[in-house]
Amino acid sequence: MDRKNDRYLKENQVAENGLLDRRLFLKKGLQFGVITSLASTVTISSAKDKQSTSQNKSSDLTWMHEPGKSFSTYGLPSKFEDNVLRYPSQNEAVPGNGVSWTPLHLMEGAITPNGLHFERHHNGVPQIDPKKHRLLIHGLAKKDLIFTIDDLLRYPMQSKTCFIECGGNSNSGWNSQPSMAEAGYFNGMVSCSEWTGVSLSILLEEAGVDKKAKWLIAEGADAFAMQVSIPMKKALDDAFLGLYQNGERIRPENGYPVRLIVPGWEGVLNVKWVHRLKLSNRPVMARNETSRYTELQPSGKARMFTFVMQAKSLITSPSAHMILKQSGLYQITGLAWSGKGKIKKVEVSADGGHSWAEAELQEPVLDRAFTRFRIPWHWNGKPTILKSRATDETGYVQPERQQLLKERGRQGFFHYNAIINWHVDNDGFVSHVYDKDETKKTNSDISIDSDWN
Amino acid sequence: MIKMKQKKLIPILVLIAIGISFLFADTKNTPRLGQEITSEEIAKWDISIFPDGEGLPEGQGSVHEGEKIFQSKCIACHGKNGLGHTADQLAGAQMSLTSQYPEKTIGSYWPYATTLFDFIRRSMPMNAPGSLTNNETYSLTVYLLYLNNLFDKDGKMTAKELVEVKMPNQNGFINIYEMEIIHK
Repeated sequence: MDRKNDRYLKENQVAENGLLDRRLFLKKGLQFGVITSLASTVTISSAKDKQSTSQNKSSDLTWMHEPGKSFSTYGLPSKFEDNVLRYPSQNEAVPGNGVSWTPLHLMEGAITPNGLHFERHHNGVPQIDPKKHRLLIHGLAKKDLIFTIDDLLRYPMQSKTCFIECGGNSNSGWNSQPSMAEAGYFNGMVSCSEWTGVSLSILLEEAGVDKKAKWLIAEGADAFAMQVSIPMKKALDDAFLGLYQNGERIRPENGYPVRLIVPGWEGVLNVKWVHRLKLSNRPVMARNETSRYTELQPSGKARMFTFVMQAKSLITSPSAHMILKQSGLYQITGLAWSGKGKIKKVEVSADGGHSWAEAELQEPVLDRAFTRFRIPWHWNGKPTILKSRATDETGYVQPERQQLLKERGRQGFFHYNAIINWHVDNDGFVSHVYDKDETKKTNSDISIDSDWN
Repeated sequence: MIKMKQKKLIPILVLIAIGISFLFADTKNTPRLGQEITSEEIAKWDISIFPDGEGLPEGQGSVHEGEKIFQSKCIACHGKNGLGHTADQLAGAQMSLTSQYPEKTIGSYWPYATTLFDFIRRSMPMNAPGSLTNNETYSLTVYLLYLNNLFDKDGKMTAKELVEVKMPNQNGFINIYEMEIIHK
């Protein structure tokens, strides 16, 4: 039996240390009985899920012997899933100024449920009465126009499934010590929804865009009156006014009643609660495009208007704080996305980056959307490092950490998209590590995570 | 006779023009529901201020007034002399932008002084945004510039003086979007 197993693993291994052909799960599922049943024992270390064996007898399953609950007007998750939560991190003096992270490590598939979509607010979530909300389009246009929400709802709609990622996502990566949080709680300022709304080009053309209008200044109706400048080219190309998120009206914390969607570009440009669009011949140089959302480089100069979110990937399971209970077969799974288009491939390494194998991509692979990847892996019970590396359709390859630090230094704060290492130890405990040579020479550092303002 | 023909022709031309405009609207297939709005109404909404001073309102402020407002409305979060607390450090940068721990203050980092006025008026203070008058906003702006050694203690500020303030780090930014467009 053991010899048969070894031969089977050898025949199907596609990279060192047990990475197996990605098609095994799909096409050869039955043969897995040969080696071992899929170890469904990737667990979060804090979970207490001891069950008494007597519950396996159906007569003890009370829910099979009494009527279930009645209908509900709005469904909620099972009470047994009450750990699947966003993780808020806010300014102690201003509770509405901060972020909440999407628990990517507790989720599957490619769509983020609305209640788990990440949040980044500057001064809280406004409770906007849609009847009182107006959208103003003005400036370098033939006509200055004002729209009600009811007006917008009458326009032809379009849907696009796309990710929104805060420019500051994963920014603890700039620190010299690896974040010890769960994967989603330092990389989950990215989420993916099907957004539905009205193409901005329709409304801008209705107003009549002046040839001199090169920028669109967008402003939200929140207490911060968040303001940013967006190139008119992008606004006319594929930006739209989102009214629906995954089929229902956008949640207040995601911009109800209307949010600007700017596919593939920094989250801050996807202005929530948008109420004013000014056509201009130049950017306004708002606080959030000058003093913030710019990236200081080692030269002392700062990168500005770095709109596109570059390709990135992340193994969500196994990931930090999970435990592999015994050696055997596991599924490595994660997410990849690129602000420049479709994900072309995701490679996974189970030996710290010496050898790589292509993971299976969940269909359909969509432009600027989450792409779920999966690959089977036979863990031999010894310590190792797992990595994933995304390549998008433009040929851009997600960089190794050392490469990114070499290019950008450590003070950029935004746009951290380097490969992430998960270390699996002898006991199967998974943790976040940097490459060895860096860990040796590190010293204490300021914590970038706490710097949300 | 010619005059009669012209009279008949005009309504026909008008009808054709209306027909064409309908056709155009149809190709867009949109209801065109935007209501025109007057510039007086827009003025109430439009609070964007540009580096060249476009959008700056009437009014004036002084360092002295600004200090008083800062002590009562800003110091709790931004700290004494704007040295930072739960909110951003605004002044007093000791470490340069190329050091290991760069301090990004108004004086060391912000490229335009007009951004200060725009941001303070729209977003500050966090517990009562939009509550400051234009004069108070000018005063806070000039006080923060003074803390960063960019304005005289006795100086008065109006739109004219604000636009003339040249920020030390104005040329400290690389416009990545334009660079990428050029390289395409």
